[in-house]
Amino acid sequence: MEFKETQAIYLQIGDYICENILTGVWKSGNRILSIRELGIHLEVNPNTIMRTYEFLQNQGIIYNKRGIGYYVSEDALEKIRTYRKAIFMKHELPQFLKNLQLLGMGIEDIIPHYRQYIDNHPHINHHET
Amino acid sequence: MINIQDLSFGYRSQNDIFRDLSLEFKAGCIHGLLGKNGTGKTTLLKLISGALFPCGGSMHTLGFVPEMRHPLMLQELYFLPEELFLPALSIEGYVKVYAPFYPRFDREQFDSILHEFELRSPKLMLQTLSHGQKKKVQIAFSIASNTNLLIMDEPTNGLDIPAKSQFRRIVSAHYNPNRCTIISTHQVRDLHSLIDHIAILDEHDIIINHSAEEIGRRLLFKWYDTGDVPKDALYTEDSLRGIAAVFANPQGIDSKLDIEILFNALFANKEKIKDIFKA
Repeated sequence: MEFKETQAIYLQIGDYICENILTGVWKSGNRILSIRELGIHLEVNPNTIMRTYEFLQNQGIIYNKRGIGYYVSEDALEKIRTYRKAIFMKHELPQFLKNLQLLGMGIEDIIPHYRQYIDNHPHINHHET
Repeated sequence: MINIQDLSFGYRSQNDIFRDLSLEFKAGCIHGLLGKNGTGKTTLLKLISGALFPCGGSMHTLGFVPEMRHPLMLQELYFLPEELFLPALSIEGYVKVYAPFYPRFDREQFDSILHEFELRSPKLMLQTLSHGQKKKVQIAFSIASNTNLLIMDEPTNGLDIPAKSQFRRIVSAHYNPNRCTIISTHQVRDLHSLIDHIAILDEHDIIINHSAEEIGRRLLFKWYDTGDVPKDALYTEDSLRGIAAVFANPQGIDSKLDIEILFNALFANKEKIKDIFKA
């Protein structure tokens, strides 16, 4: 895995796991890779993976069955959305708004693009996965 | 696991390499030992393993005074040197001669690591192998020894491109919470995802010895596209990737620790950064 420069590695691994859940690769109620397996897969120190799993557990996205492993929570999709929304509002939206201002654009310039995008991608609804 | 108090050492009396150096290395951690050329990384590792004797201060390795070279210490300690010395033996013969020194040596593990490194014939003579292949045999042997202390001096030097990735996978796969691993390296880009503790040596002393998590809590690493970097940056570095800046991190914001930038920042603004870690 190639890590970006902007975010702590354990959170980037968290995003990777959320991505796998959102796209349905890892499904609600299913067991996910063990700390060791994911460490090997991503070539990362298992202590880092442990930190990721603790973090995701605190967010309610995964849970631990003692002695068996980590599982995707039933309401993981919702939890991920809540978590992602908070990050979007806090980090990505301000950057986006800053760019709008820098380029002298208004939100009304964006609306048609938004509409068109929604028309072209009608059914991205993660509740059904 | 390793405890050093007020260590002093010099190869010549008027020219000391360490002065009042204190540090601790713990089990379950993968320590990265960094420092400029000639600051004594290898010397420190040799002192820890009892290959050199300190001039002053106290040292404990696995509960033993290393200079006593107690067999119970030596069987739990594997030192993988940067310059390899390998006898005129086959891989098979090497294992036969050297593995008995390590009570928990695991032959299956050794074979599986060699396999991962694409070295499949144990009949091969060590002398006929390339430098990188010899290194792979030694890495496999060092991990399969299953000692409680594993010291690797520049393990990725001479490894080819796929082997660096294989090395990370192998170290991660054979992680053992009872083992203390120390990797001295300049190749931080090869290893940053493995190392969870960072110790940086400067002239005579260790300037930083903290977990990556702690460093991330104390320092904030940020990237900027343009020149509008806030003035309170402790250090900035311009490159094609953008401008990297390091800040004090009173709010404990998560950021990605970049070991190279940490290293440069430390030498550019030593006192201030040391103060941040004292607080």
